[in-house]
Amino acid sequence: MSADPLAATEAVTIVLGTSIPLQAYLAVAALLFCTGVWGLINSRNAVRVLMSIELMLNAVNINLMAFSDYLDGQLIRGQVFAIFVITVAAAEAAVGLAILLSLYRNRETVDMERFNLLRW
Amino acid sequence: MTLASTIQQLCFLVLAAVVVVGALGVVLLPNIVYSAFLLGGVFLGVAGLYLLLNASFVAAAQILVYVGAVNVLILFAIMLVNKKENLAAIPGLLLRRLLSGGVCAGLFVLLLRVAFTTHWALPGPLPVGEEATIRIGEHLFSDYLLPFELASVLLLMAMIGAIVLARRDVYSSDVITGEPVDQGLIEKTRTPLLIDPSATSAAGAQPLLETTP
Repeated sequence: MSADPLAATEAVTIVLGTSIPLQAYLAVAALLFCTGVWGLINSRNAVRVLMSIELMLNAVNINLMAFSDYLDGQLIRGQVFAIFVITVAAAEAAVGLAILLSLYRNRETVDMERFNLLRW
Repeated sequence: MTLASTIQQLCFLVLAAVVVVGALGVVLLPNIVYSAFLLGGVFLGVAGLYLLLNASFVAAAQILVYVGAVNVLILFAIMLVNKKENLAAIPGLLLRRLLSGGVCAGLFVLLLRVAFTTHWALPGPLPVGEEATIRIGEHLFSDYLLPFELASVLLLMAMIGAIVLARRDVYSSDVITGEPVDQGLIEKTRTPLLIDPSATSAAGAQPLLETTP
């Protein structure tokens, strides 16, 4: 019955979580995602398009990690999912840059506006 | 978790500022090499946010995979395709940028509204804290075993695909348009990479000069 007061206060801080609200993480992730979308639409350089995709994937990962810590603290399924997202992002970067190199060899440019072979 | 709350808030503010300013720099800076290095900064900032969220394993994986592999790969790609080219002007580029900026700002407002009006089930269960790595390992070898194995197959496929796509095969004519490919590219693919050019020019300068156009 006589609980250690120090442990009790520590438990209270743990229950209340950190002093940062969940919405702060969500706001940062939303800003990062929208920056990535803007860069994806407006970049002329194909490498920058790939970088914007990485930004968007990171924003999604921040969301997953924040939900995992605040809402699913015991079974941290969000962290497992974030690891899978990191794996897929690494594979995507490797294949994307290989496609870019092959495009550059054939077209001698990295301008997105000139990759229009499939335009009708 | 063991940090004082003010220090935590300070760390969060600094990391969030690094992430947001770095992302804007990645998208807006004209020099793409600066963009690539700023992207590494963004990845490090995101790893710091993961540490604040009690996820040390994922933070380490983020640094290893993103900063160590993806960012280096992007830098390599930049240096392989780094040719100065004057981009042709597009009519209505400014209008396009403003319109897409408006769309992205609207998306941002929508996401913020969702984040702040939803009643999250807070406070959730106790965070496991330092046991997170153990839990991740249990997940990966019990209920997430199939995705784990599929991820290994995916990585193998990506590796083979990247090697096949990036090989130095150059056809003598463009596959689609049928135009002859720049002859310099074909010669470059046949040039051995590991021969010291100064040594060859000193030994047999005359024949080399004759073949050079």
